[in-house]
Amino acid sequence: MTDVVTQFFSTHLAVLPVLLPLFTAISLLLLGDEGGQVGHTGSRLRRARVISLGSAVLGALLSWRLMTEAANGALTVYPLGNWPAPFGIVLVVDHLSAMMLALTWTIAVPVLWYATGGWDAHGRHFHPLFHFQLMGLSGAFVTGDLFNLFVFFEVLLIASYVLLVHGQGRERFRAGIHYVVLNLVASALFLIGLAVIYGTAGTLNMADLALRVAQLGPDEAALLKVGGMILLVVFGLKAAIVPLYMWLPGTYAVASAPVAALFAIMTKVGVYSIIRVHAVILGDSAGLAARAVEPWLLPVALATTVLGVLGALAAHSLSRLVAYLTVASVGTILAAVGLFTPTTLSAALYYMVHSTLVVAALFLLVELVASQRGTVGDKLQPAPPVAQPVLLGLMTLLGAASVAGLPPLPGFLGKLMVLQSAAATPAHAVVWAVVLTGGFLTLVGLARAGAILFWQVLPTDGQPVASGSSWRLTSATLGLLGLSLVLAVAASPLKRYTDAAAAQLSDPAVYARAVLGQIGTISSVSTRPYRGGEGEVKLPIKGDAP
Amino acid sequence: MLLTIILLPLLAGTLLTGWSGALPSANFRRRTAWLAATVTLASMGLLLTQAPAVMGGATVQSFAPWVPEVGLNLGLRLDGLSLMFALLITGMGLLIILYADSYLGKDDPVGKFFSTLMLFMAAMLGIVLSDNLLLLMVFWELTSISSFLLVGYWKHRADARAGARMALAITGGGGLAMLGGFVLLGQIAGTYEISQMSAMAAQIQTDARYPAALILILIGCFTKSAQFPFHFWLPQAMAAPTPVSAYLHSATMVKAGIFLLARLTPVIGGSELFMTLVAGTGLVTLAFAAFIAIFKHDLKGLLAYSTISHLGLITFLIGLGSPLAAVAAIFHILNHATFKAALFMTAGIVDHETGTRDMRQLGGLWRLMPWTATLAMTATAAMAGVPLFNGFVSKEMFLTEAVLFGQSGDWRWLVPAVASLAALCSVAYSARLVHDTFFGQARDLPNPHPHEPPWGMKAPVALLAITCVVVGLLPSLTLGPLVLTASTAMLGQPPPEFHLAIWHGFNLPLLLSMLALAGGVGLYALLARGGRLHQLQSESWFGAVTGPNLFTQGNDRLFAWAGRVTALLEIGSLQRYIAWMLMATLVLAASPLLWGHAPGTGNRPQLPVTVIALVLWGVLLTACAWLVLRHHDRFQSVIITGVVGLVTSLTFISFSAPDLALTQLTVEAVSTVILLMGLALLPRQTPRESSAGRRLRDGSLALAGGTAMAWLSWVMLTRDYDSIAWYFLNHSAIAGGGTNVVNVILVDFRGYDTLGEITVLGIAAVGVLALMDGMRTRRPLVDDAGRHWTFASQPLMLRVAARVLLPLALVVTLYIFMRGHNLPGGGFIAGLITAVALVLQYMAMGQSRTEFLMRARGGRRFVRWIGLGLGIAGLTGVGAFVFGQPFLTSAHGYPFVPLLGQLPLATAALFDLGVFITVVGSTLLTLSTLGAVTSDSAAASPRHNDQGDRS
Amino acid sequence: MSLEFLVATGIGTVTATGIYLVLRGRTWPVVIGLSLLGYAVNVFIFAMGRLWQDAAPILSAAGRVADPLPQALVLTAIVIGFATTGFVVELALRSRHENGSDHVDGHEPGHAPGSRGNKP
Repeated sequence: MTDVVTQFFSTHLAVLPVLLPLFTAISLLLLGDEGGQVGHTGSRLRRARVISLGSAVLGALLSWRLMTEAANGALTVYPLGNWPAPFGIVLVVDHLSAMMLALTWTIAVPVLWYATGGWDAHGRHFHPLFHFQLMGLSGAFVTGDLFNLFVFFEVLLIASYVLLVHGQGRERFRAGIHYVVLNLVASALFLIGLAVIYGTAGTLNMADLALRVAQLGPDEAALLKVGGMILLVVFGLKAAIVPLYMWLPGTYAVASAPVAALFAIMTKVGVYSIIRVHAVILGDSAGLAARAVEPWLLPVALATTVLGVLGALAAHSLSRLVAYLTVASVGTILAAVGLFTPTTLSAALYYMVHSTLVVAALFLLVELVASQRGTVGDKLQPAPPVAQPVLLGLMTLLGAASVAGLPPLPGFLGKLMVLQSAAATPAHAVVWAVVLTGGFLTLVGLARAGAILFWQVLPTDGQPVASGSSWRLTSATLGLLGLSLVLAVAASPLKRYTDAAAAQLSDPAVYARAVLGQIGTISSVSTRPYRGGEGEVKLPIKGDAP
Repeated sequence: MLLTIILLPLLAGTLLTGWSGALPSANFRRRTAWLAATVTLASMGLLLTQAPAVMGGATVQSFAPWVPEVGLNLGLRLDGLSLMFALLITGMGLLIILYADSYLGKDDPVGKFFSTLMLFMAAMLGIVLSDNLLLLMVFWELTSISSFLLVGYWKHRADARAGARMALAITGGGGLAMLGGFVLLGQIAGTYEISQMSAMAAQIQTDARYPAALILILIGCFTKSAQFPFHFWLPQAMAAPTPVSAYLHSATMVKAGIFLLARLTPVIGGSELFMTLVAGTGLVTLAFAAFIAIFKHDLKGLLAYSTISHLGLITFLIGLGSPLAAVAAIFHILNHATFKAALFMTAGIVDHETGTRDMRQLGGLWRLMPWTATLAMTATAAMAGVPLFNGFVSKEMFLTEAVLFGQSGDWRWLVPAVASLAALCSVAYSARLVHDTFFGQARDLPNPHPHEPPWGMKAPVALLAITCVVVGLLPSLTLGPLVLTASTAMLGQPPPEFHLAIWHGFNLPLLLSMLALAGGVGLYALLARGGRLHQLQSESWFGAVTGPNLFTQGNDRLFAWAGRVTALLEIGSLQRYIAWMLMATLVLAASPLLWGHAPGTGNRPQLPVTVIALVLWGVLLTACAWLVLRHHDRFQSVIITGVVGLVTSLTFISFSAPDLALTQLTVEAVSTVILLMGLALLPRQTPRESSAGRRLRDGSLALAGGTAMAWLSWVMLTRDYDSIAWYFLNHSAIAGGGTNVVNVILVDFRGYDTLGEITVLGIAAVGVLALMDGMRTRRPLVDDAGRHWTFASQPLMLRVAARVLLPLALVVTLYIFMRGHNLPGGGFIAGLITAVALVLQYMAMGQSRTEFLMRARGGRRFVRWIGLGLGIAGLTGVGAFVFGQPFLTSAHGYPFVPLLGQLPLATAALFDLGVFITVVGSTLLTLSTLGAVTSDSAAASPRHNDQGDRS
Repeated sequence: MSLEFLVATGIGTVTATGIYLVLRGRTWPVVIGLSLLGYAVNVFIFAMGRLWQDAAPILSAAGRVADPLPQALVLTAIVIGFATTGFVVELALRSRHENGSDHVDGHEPGHAPGSRGNKP
């Protein structure tokens, strides 16, 4: 029996991170919710919470299993419908995908735990939508097919549209319009880019593309570059880079705390796609289309960091501060990616893990703090003292120190890696200047915010109320913050992992052979001239059972 | 072992004191202090166990990897230098704890104070014990943070908050610069372990990156040790409680920079650049601060500047780089720590007893508190460098070094001159300190009856004062050995024979310091006559260009500027954001063509134009033009959009895509219904509000975008291509079991896409439900065109339509569904048709009935349908698991199972059934929610006035 | 002048119209513009299979067939477009209901955000 189970898991592990949330969401839909009554916590909601949390924990375990397997050198290829790559859709779990999966689910559990503290009752079908979102994220991270990436982008986006306005309220709907329309336009661009790529390379499988681009002639290569550039805009919007980041602060600042925390991973989907498409498929080995985005990526990324930090300084509320720090961190990550060396890429990956975790934690923390500051909320103004100054103060100090890159927290280690790996590149001077100055300004901004929040308190009458700080909310936030500490203590293994990931990414040919070879069609030319299918059509002979 | 020394205060110290301070009991204040003291003693004890070996010249090392990938390791080293500093830190820490216990007020949170103090102590110990530069960095910034917390301890005071932020910005910022320097150094040396670096000093100093590294590191040291021009944060940090000032800002933290200079001297020291920068900065700081100190009216202010000046002195000595200068530096570090800490504590006592630190108010305390006065005067004498006190000895050595340096020609005679002047100034401010505080008439004291403080505050001062005297009398006996080992460790080899003594015979240095003494007293007498000194305002001399001013202004400017830039970019206008995105797309997409190869028309044979095609083309262009010009009439815009959709589907059909055409048509129909239902709740008109400029911008963007797309299409359409499509033609019929390749791709080859696609559909519908939750609005009975908006208004037509339509629709549905796999059709189209038919059927039953059916218990029924559909599709895919096949494998996978001969169609069709149900559920849910929003159509409510939005 | 030309220019025209409408200030034209962009994009994807007449991808013994893959992709795109259209329409309704304005920025031009910017 057990070996059947192990057999099952070893065979289908790659697809489970997608199926688990799908079926969880389906069962939650079938379970139904309380209906219109907002805030009503009935038996249905309790059951939904159990299912939802249980499934999230299971998903986390699965993703960790995948990551350990990847760490042991496994590159899982899962042919859906048992059709060979590049013709059918295959899931490919390499170091990067496994890491993103693990990151997603690791954040999902505490965030969901936080949401069950009450947010999930402030609207309909929070739990199924949350799991649809996870399905979209997981699907985007494991797929080896470019068009399928689009489909799962849509899954995670449509779910995020709904989650964004979860809890409703004027501000959320206003931000919702911006977020939705911008992303719909981006989806149109995504399709255009994909179409151009198919129209030139004739294939959609990422591994196959990596081989095909090298074989393209000047015309096709030029057109493919155009497609790649269009995709850069699409991914850039998700990742929030200059000049496409302006939607983010307003959106994240109005989203409910757990949603904003979950969205911390959303920007990283953009980063992930940029790495996959522009650093790998259009990387060094892409023939005439090699490094198509090199002239743009680094400058844009550095500008993003600078403007993100300035936005953080300008922020009048804690949530906007955190949102802008998200932008700044994306800039740092992409700057490292834009240097196009394995070491910088590895640094970028480590920094990405760090910033995702800390930003998610901070978004939860913002609400904890705000809920104890009365009407002032998270605005950076003097307010009555919070009820739990020590606890919240320490949590804020920890999060702020890490996001500002103070040692020995992961933020520091990540910046250190970026500095070290950038030193060998021609652009080292400007990268150093931006990273160090950015860190300094962040420090200044956070010191100001902290001094206002926890020191510049107004005299208050009576005991401050610890409203909205159930141990559930606190423990969830603490858990996420704790992960930052883990990241510092266990930095060494993670760095080794990201090194391996970067090495794997920097050799797409091996990756391609692994994906395509596994099925048997090693013929590096998967495409044939399309001439109306003459001679290709094969029909079953009559009488033969199809 | 070494790690324990740090971890004790870091963990045990912080936690214990924090815990003890948190649970009040009768004597919890005292208990907390004792806990802190015990932990400190423990660390000190551990140090002392190592002391003999170290004094014997040994070096205790320990190493444990942490993040070797980046060179960050737990590499610790205890040699003479670190031993001296560690003892200084722990020893001084003990006295401070003792002092603070009596100093802290009743309502000062002790737990917070002592735990932060412990944190700081641990960080300091970490700095001096680190052998790994990055580890040192860790503790370095930790001191910045703990100092931030300690300076801001009295959080209710604005000056405390400002001082804390300034200290953090300057020292933390310097730390970042230093980090840069460290990484450069590490890149050059290939290691971050200082002990390994010392071996390759020559190689490092000849490297091209050495100057940059040096300067960055020096910035770190100078900010921390308050060297000119970064000195200004230190006086501001005096807002901290006095024990903190005594401990951090005179005895230990500000010496971290000096320690690092000493520690790295073997690595980066000795070069011309090093000497010029370090010695120069030191000398300037020394003289400048000593002069300013005279004019500070605040006791702590005077002491702060005096500290800066003495730090400058030590920096200068280290900069000189000669072995004896190093000895002098080490020695003075100890001396300064003793007398300056003592003086800060006295300042605290005076403040504590009289309620002021302003020397213009103080005076005559000699009679009121003789003990304190005596102790204070002893320490002051040491500070002024009066013979028989320890300060004198080290100052003699300092002057000797200065004179030696001065003799080596050209302009260098300036150095001893400046040094002597500085010495003179220090005598002057010492004289002022004593005279203004303890002699003359007591002026207006806030607390008129001061008396001796509790022993807890006096004892530490006494101890330190005695040290000053004893060391002053017997320097080599007391501190000689420690200074020797420390300087040995600093220089890397033992210094030449030296003799710490009061008397070196008559020589130039002695003469200079005598002159300084006499001159200093004279200068003070001159200034103080008629209380002129009290009128002077040293702050006003520099006008606006004082450090704090520049910093605050810079700070404010920075924040204001950031605000402007951000407001400029994040303008909250969706139209601009979209415009930016489109521009970015155009620029990026054009870039590879403009700066590279741009393909032209291909050589694929083109298809001749037909009349119908031309007509359709004309219709399309007209429709588009119409939309651009007349889109303000929203009803028309919907209709014309439908026309465009129609042309689209005709394009599909004419270019061999029947499935697309069919789908496009049905989608068209349903979307139009949705749009019209939505329009019922929106203004019928779009106001003409875009400015001409805006229209021009949008027009040109649209043209550019359109041209780009046309060009792309043209280039693609006119050239042949290779593709993987052959595979589907090969396998669709045989392995996929369907001749309609498109459908086989959808449900089989790329069934995974389809699963995702219907998931999107389902989410969207559920999302609509969640979105509209709680929204109830009223729809006007009649729109402005006089048309009725209730379904019931055309029941007859509808009923007829429905009677005809529903059965027909169901038949069609079934037919389309079944043929899907081999001919155009399939679950999606069938689903849409069914949905529409059902809606019509509902409508035919009249308004109220419809709304009852459509409401479907708050949409729950349709949500279930969606779940069901997705479930069927998903489970069909999972079914393959049973056969050990990957997800979504159609039953065609196993011809070897004869029994399953019929299955192939079954699984694909089952999957399609899931699609069908999902589509029906989603469509009905969307429509019903939209209907439910406008449940009862009473008169338009004023709150939701459509007339309102028309302009 | 060829069918390719007509299709290419057609795509361009619809795209241009869509872009222009998406850049309008009210939610309604934006919705319309989005669906127009949808049409253009769908035809564009379809066009990546190049143009074939009388070659429906229904396998039979004789005759050419058009590239089925782009058609399948377009079908997926159509469905997703349909789903999002439904959603964005209702989002527009809800936003106007909440903010009292159907301007994409949630408030009438010249009114502060949050004010129910109904002009008299």
